[in-house]
Amino acid sequence: MKNNQVQAGTGGAAAAAIPSVNRAAAAREILMRILFAVAAAVFIVVVLVICVYLFVTAVPTITEIGWIDFLFGDRWLPSAGYYGVGTLVVGTACATAGALVVGVPLGLLVAVFMAFYCPKPLYSFLKPLTNILAGIPSIVYGYFGLQLIVPMIQQMFHAASGTTLLTTAIVLGIMIMPTIISITENSLRAVPKSYYEGTIALGATKERAIFRTMFPAAKSGVMTSIILGLGRAFGETAAVVFICGNSAQFPTSLLDPIRTLSSNIALEMGYARHLHREALIACAVVLFVFILLITLLVMLLRRKEK
Amino acid sequence: MAKELVLKEGEVDARGIVPINRQRFADKLQAYLKKPFSFALFLLICLATLITAAIVVWILAYVLIRGIPNLKPELFAWRWTSDNMSMMPSLINTLSIAGLSLLVAGVIGIFAAIFMVEYAKSTNIFVKIVRVAAETLSGIPSIVFGIFGMILFTDAFGWGLTILGGSLTMAMMIMPLIMRTTEEALLAVPASFREGSYALGAGKLRTIFVIILPSAIPGIISGVILGLGRVVGETMALVFTAGSAFNIKRPAGPMSQGCTLTVYMYSIISENPSEYAGVAWAIAVVLILLTILINGAAELIGNKLKKEY
Repeated sequence: MKNNQVQAGTGGAAAAAIPSVNRAAAAREILMRILFAVAAAVFIVVVLVICVYLFVTAVPTITEIGWIDFLFGDRWLPSAGYYGVGTLVVGTACATAGALVVGVPLGLLVAVFMAFYCPKPLYSFLKPLTNILAGIPSIVYGYFGLQLIVPMIQQMFHAASGTTLLTTAIVLGIMIMPTIISITENSLRAVPKSYYEGTIALGATKERAIFRTMFPAAKSGVMTSIILGLGRAFGETAAVVFICGNSAQFPTSLLDPIRTLSSNIALEMGYARHLHREALIACAVVLFVFILLITLLVMLLRRKEK
Repeated sequence: MAKELVLKEGEVDARGIVPINRQRFADKLQAYLKKPFSFALFLLICLATLITAAIVVWILAYVLIRGIPNLKPELFAWRWTSDNMSMMPSLINTLSIAGLSLLVAGVIGIFAAIFMVEYAKSTNIFVKIVRVAAETLSGIPSIVFGIFGMILFTDAFGWGLTILGGSLTMAMMIMPLIMRTTEEALLAVPASFREGSYALGAGKLRTIFVIILPSAIPGIISGVILGLGRVVGETMALVFTAGSAFNIKRPAGPMSQGCTLTVYMYSIISENPSEYAGVAWAIAVVLILLTILINGAAELIGNKLKKEY
């Protein structure tokens, strides 16, 4: 106690001896502190500006078209004045669901392999491979799909066209796999090793230990990975626009063409004018709202994880 | 004479069972045969990994095989003409958009990370809101950024399609990435460094710039390079902000249109996929090589320069 007092006393004396230097230094400290805080505040400002701008632009448009007609209308025919995003939302949902059906089982199994089975030399080969998969630009996925998977689907099913829901699901499924693999692998590795050892000691096989003990323990991480993959598939544009067929109708089979919200914007924004353009911006807002909900879900899961 | 084994009630003759750490492959196989379901799962896991690895190799091999023969020297001519379809102007646009957006996002992201790690308490409500904002930003799809950039920079500011507008849109997209990686790098600097610096009489600012940032620089650089990778691979955020007209003879200043490599590829596929197939494959090769190079460099710097404390 006495020591502290002495130290504080000498410190005060030193500050009094060289006040001008200290004051300048203190001012600089405060200035930079404010600058750092402003940089952090930019994040909040950007999100707010995005929300405000998008909603302020979209709400009058949707009101003009009619909320029911816009959100649930099943006809998107700008030339005839129909702006209903029903088919687009269903198309996007189908493509996303398809991507999850393709990407989630594969991704989870690969994550298990990488976390529990992979010998070290193979790991140093597989890990960069999944990183490359994550790094490939989406336009390259789109072109690959257009040039290779579209003709393949067409031949395989003797379909009139290869640009189908199935094609979209396959390409999107491949695209979301790296997200699912890396997050699931990390959360499986984060489960205490003793859980695994305990289960093995009780006589379970390795697979039983992984799927009955480790997976439930890593549940929220696995869920997060799936939802992040879902978000990526939901908003993907450049990979989808060339391969989904772009016909605004409800798909009845896997071999029907679809049109997603994102590909709708990309296709028509270039030439759209007036209400048509506003309606496309409103489409982006619909996409944005869905993504906000997905982000909220991820945040809730993360909180649970902690 | 061997001693007769006498089993008490509830005991098991364990002589035939191999301890788990001494099991050989044959033992494992035998154990698997008793549990066919586990064995099936094991096979499924291996199969899934094989399929995934095959897909990646397939994509890479296919793009390289189709693209490399199309990598003709005239594709790298300085000036674009409708004959040579040069990708050089778009490549330069890509670099200038990357430079501008990294400058903006780098400063904001790194400063914000310094605030989050060095100044703010993690229970602070402001910090929590910044985190939510960053997470929201990183989830927004690129087309929504593109539309927002179009409304704000192209329409409201009246800039039209500009490289600057595209760069600012990209900066918003990669800010969260740079902030997160910088935060991780700052958190990895041991607290003893800070304590030592304070004990020697250095102020907070001096400690940050002289002690903490130099120690965290590899992590920060690797984050910035990852951001570069995102910019190079991005298409939809730039089509409606920086423009998609690819018939521009050569790149110009920040207030002119600038179609990047990805947007160039997007435009020629939309225009005429069969006529420009070769050019598109060549661009695909360049894009894939660039992203592999960039991501590899980020990882290398992140790992190799990471000091062991």
